[in-house]
Amino acid sequence: MTVIDVNRDTEALTLTFVAEFPEPPERVWQVWADARQLERWWGPPTWPATFDRHDFVAGGESRYYMTGPDGEKAGGWWRNEIVDAPTRFEFEDGFADADGEPNTELPTTRTVVTLTATESGTRMTTVASFGSLEQLDQLVSMGMEDGMRLAMGQIDELLAA
Amino acid sequence: MVIQELSEAEADAIFRALADSTRRDILRRAIRHERSISSLADRYAMSWAAVQKHVAVLERAFLIVKERRGKEQIVRANLDSVRRASLLLDQFEQLWHERLDRIGDILTPPDTASPDRAPPGTASPDKEGTER
Repeated sequence: MTVIDVNRDTEALTLTFVAEFPEPPERVWQVWADARQLERWWGPPTWPATFDRHDFVAGGESRYYMTGPDGEKAGGWWRNEIVDAPTRFEFEDGFADADGEPNTELPTTRTVVTLTATESGTRMTTVASFGSLEQLDQLVSMGMEDGMRLAMGQIDELLAA
Repeated sequence: MVIQELSEAEADAIFRALADSTRRDILRRAIRHERSISSLADRYAMSWAAVQKHVAVLERAFLIVKERRGKEQIVRANLDSVRRASLLLDQFEQLWHERLDRIGDILTPPDTASPDRAPPGTASPDKEGTER
């Protein structure tokens, strides 16, 4: 796998990743479509995800939780809006309450995934969009296990200035 | 804030400032909203003077700025909105880099020599040539 391009748009608040895989789109599609494969990469190794619902059709929803090192759980949901196998998937992703149902007060992320067949396999483009700087702030601070990751990002930023 | 070339002394100040969990937390909060020193003191169950000391260390590293507003001292992260967006998007960039690495490992496991083996589920538990 090679990440061939990353683009951060600080005005539109989008993050675009272009990656290439040697496998055909039908195979790459499975890492999204198959909940058991999805669980192996959606959460970090220290916070693995469990999808107890993954209705991977347009209008379908998914429910998952991530389990932390001390057994604590953080829930999330997807609303699957466009599901065109094996080329396009669009979904909204948000936080869930303790009962697993969507918390509508917290910010969401919208992600568009496009798979294109290439001579050598698949090009996967992922575009994540954030509603506002305040929402992005909130997402980051909620997802932060401790301040250090932010701190390290800040140092990179300072060094690159 | 423009820091063109970070001197050793400046880098030391930044690393020293971020080496303490309370100071990291103050910075994190100051990025989201400006804060008064007294509200921070309440949050950490610390004296005003103790928080003030932490703030001074962050200030020396140019990570936050402080201003007096009436009776209050207000601190905020020393970042403009583009830099703030960039810093926040950084976190997601890191997250997606790690996810894509894991997807790559699922598609092409790093330690499989021959990917043309029988797919999982069809292989028999004994190694080879087991015909039942």
